[in-house]
Amino acid sequence: MTVTEPKTSGGVIGTRMLRKEDPSLLTGESKFSDDLVIPGALYIALLRATVAHARIVSIDTSAAKSSAGVVAVYTYDDLKDDWAGPMPCAWPVTADMKNPAHFPLANGKVNYVGDGVAVVVANSKTAAIDAIEAIEVEYEELTPVLDLEDSVSDSTVIHQDLATNSSYLWELIPNKDAVDEAFSNAVHTVEERYIQQRLIPAAMEPRSLVVVPAPFGGDFTVYTSTQIPHILKVMLALTLGISETKIRVIAPSVGGGFGSKLNVYAEEVLALAIARKLRKPIRWTEERTENALATIHGRGQVQDIELAADANGKITAVRVNILADMGAYLQLVTPGVPLLGAFLYHGVYDIPNYSFSCTGVFTNKTPTDAYRGAGRPEATYAIERAVDALARKMGVSAIELRRRNFIPKEAFPYPSAAGLTFDSGDYAANLDKALSILDIEPILAEKQARIDAGSTKVLGVGLSFFVEMCGLAPSRVLASLNYGAGGWEAATVRILPTSKVQVVTGTAPHGQGHETSWSMIVADKLGISPDDIEVLHSDTAIAPYGMDTYGSRSLSVGGSAIHLATEKVLDKARAIAAHQLEVSADDLEYSNGTFAVKGSPEKAYPLAAAAFEAFTAHNLPDGMEPNLEASVTWDPPNFTFPYGSHFAVVEVDTETGKVELVRYLAVDDCGNRINPLIIEGQIHGGLVQGIAQALYEEASYDAAGNLLTSTLADYLVPSATEFPFFELDHTVTPSPTNPLGVKGIGEAGAIASPPAIINAIIDALSHLGVSHIDMPASPQRVWETINNAGK
Amino acid sequence: MEVTMIINGSSVTRDVEPRTLLVHFIRDQVGLTGTNVGCDTSSCGACTVHVNGESVKSCTMLAVQADGAEIKTIEGMASPSGELHPLQRAFQENHGLQCGYCTPGMVMAASSFLAENPHPTEQEVRHGLEGNLCRCTGYHNIVKSVLAAANETAEV
Repeated sequence: MTVTEPKTSGGVIGTRMLRKEDPSLLTGESKFSDDLVIPGALYIALLRATVAHARIVSIDTSAAKSSAGVVAVYTYDDLKDDWAGPMPCAWPVTADMKNPAHFPLANGKVNYVGDGVAVVVANSKTAAIDAIEAIEVEYEELTPVLDLEDSVSDSTVIHQDLATNSSYLWELIPNKDAVDEAFSNAVHTVEERYIQQRLIPAAMEPRSLVVVPAPFGGDFTVYTSTQIPHILKVMLALTLGISETKIRVIAPSVGGGFGSKLNVYAEEVLALAIARKLRKPIRWTEERTENALATIHGRGQVQDIELAADANGKITAVRVNILADMGAYLQLVTPGVPLLGAFLYHGVYDIPNYSFSCTGVFTNKTPTDAYRGAGRPEATYAIERAVDALARKMGVSAIELRRRNFIPKEAFPYPSAAGLTFDSGDYAANLDKALSILDIEPILAEKQARIDAGSTKVLGVGLSFFVEMCGLAPSRVLASLNYGAGGWEAATVRILPTSKVQVVTGTAPHGQGHETSWSMIVADKLGISPDDIEVLHSDTAIAPYGMDTYGSRSLSVGGSAIHLATEKVLDKARAIAAHQLEVSADDLEYSNGTFAVKGSPEKAYPLAAAAFEAFTAHNLPDGMEPNLEASVTWDPPNFTFPYGSHFAVVEVDTETGKVELVRYLAVDDCGNRINPLIIEGQIHGGLVQGIAQALYEEASYDAAGNLLTSTLADYLVPSATEFPFFELDHTVTPSPTNPLGVKGIGEAGAIASPPAIINAIIDALSHLGVSHIDMPASPQRVWETINNAGK
Repeated sequence: MEVTMIINGSSVTRDVEPRTLLVHFIRDQVGLTGTNVGCDTSSCGACTVHVNGESVKSCTMLAVQADGAEIKTIEGMASPSGELHPLQRAFQENHGLQCGYCTPGMVMAASSFLAENPHPTEQEVRHGLEGNLCRCTGYHNIVKSVLAAANETAEV
């Protein structure tokens, strides 16, 4: 039997270990859902609504049914007895939240372009798509509700049974009188309105799935491109009335998610229902246009924010009112997304008085839901722009005004006026570090020189100092928000007879490199090579417990569970070693894969021997169970609060309106750092998504409710040409709320960057009288803003 | 219609419907699923392969148009003995991929780009990869990977 020699001891965490995932992904060996070969599978294709708001007068499927290769065509009526319940929304944010019944196919009425109307089942993908063309639908068109303020007026009500377009009003106003008083006593106030445009997450892998039934055994295996195999399994069971024991969900390689695969989609539910009905494997892969129409969108808010400040610019109150676009229906966590920002509208500032309210409204557009940052980019954008607006109004520098208002280092753990406890931070030190790298004086001198010379290429510097709440977790806090699940994470660490290690995690990676980082956490603790560790995930039969991957939670919650399970398994190994060496476990120290008696290093017992002993069970301590395995389910006591300073330097061409990003500096604090290589990659990706929101991307609709940006030729996902190399640095303030001291980094870039970019553009144009511009700051919009300024 | 191609060094003959795109031929009929499909508008580049040594978005070409051509896909990049191509190695060493979905197309586009321009500047790399979209990496480490591979080749 081979026993692996330990190769490392500690010292793994913090290294730039190359990813274990890469060789398979780099060679085409990895299998995404659409790559799976499933003999005998039938294909489905959906006929989608081509109008935004209409009653369905008739659907004629007869021609489609006789089309070549077609097995079946179904509409809502054909499948209405197949559902045990409607499509799930797991976050009823208020007791009286209005949630329209939502089924995988439209019931008599379509509510957005892309809404499912009929499904074709055929023996090839092309046959299914061809037959879709043969379905005739007659619509009686209704007035589409597209604008959020139109929606809230209820002049046209989308879901008649609800009698209103407002799904909910959610308020966080701890002391209204105090807020009002702060505003009436304020020396300076600002009142701003910002638009968070709709965004299309546009993961590069379209959604894709295969449902494989075992008709006689009664089981279903669902392969699907999802971030949430565990949650999906429960939801499919509930929606279809299938025992949870009969559903196995596997997420093969998943090509990006960014929140868009954090959902239960109509196609997943339909495919399972049809597989049950026809007793055949069913598969479906989204076309890019379907991704734009029928995968969730992100953002979509009108934000009104007011700040009150004293004569020194000390901010005394923040008051925020939001209209949030739910789209046509509530998807899995749609209503809760704006509320993930509800606690962060004071940003990194010590603001004693707080008022937040959000009205969620329906529109005849694609449903919204979580997109990278989910609520936190919106909050960060509003407060970071409003602080800049206050600084301009007062004539003080935006940097200085922020310093005057920072939550001081000594105040942590800081109880915020919004009701959370911020774990740790040293904001001033982080800003100092960023400023020392930025070297702002020459930039400001150059900026002024260009203005003086009448240059048409003007410079601007924008700062965004962000904080987010991450590690979506503490189950009791989530309960107080009416979230329909817990926030724990499960881990098992198993040392096999050959001393190789299996780690079972409930996280579900889709590009984040969990196999690498989780191996590093265990390798560091056990003093073995990361190569001897295998991480098992994303299969509910192999990793039965999990809350999946979203909200920058995987490391701080899932990684901590793995760390604790490793400690637990090591304790068991220690007891075996103590028994073998006939000493007390307390007398043993562990390093390099070996237990040794303190002070007598020659009396040693390797971990590998303990693993083999646990397997043979020939001589274990009395009462000890065989096998060397430990499981931990970790529910942290608090969120984590990563933060950082982001500076953008832009050059704006005042003749064309084109904005060029000259420099971007991000100094992030995500607590302790497991793998800097992966951390930097996460920041880079988040930055580009956030900068794209600021400059390029918007899901645009015409007046009839047609999505104008339904392909990648129309929706401007930027390419490599749009960016410089990013400058990254960091500070480290460990989180005291988890054993790894980590905070999370997946969303930081997308949260911090939009206000940095917009603040930089306004800074560049302020000498022309520009004090506001909405996103995306396209050349046309910038040009118009310049030309309308001062008019 | 019958088509014959040399794919990654092996001759392949299959019957195809005239409307079959090269990418679907490669994936569905030849079973090489490393080449991915990310859009319907030739915008994303996930399906990039080499046709007679030039990088081509394989969704822009019918299989019948590639009759007689020599095709290289991501599966043909590593050596038969399992050694990664220098670009693949550079992508790993520089963390030039995250979810990996755009990666095969990105590697194929980069390899064709470097063949034409072995010593590119950063800006040339960025323009050279303009037709390939990535949603994970922010391009930073992709550009670094390609520059690193170019330097390595230059040193040899």
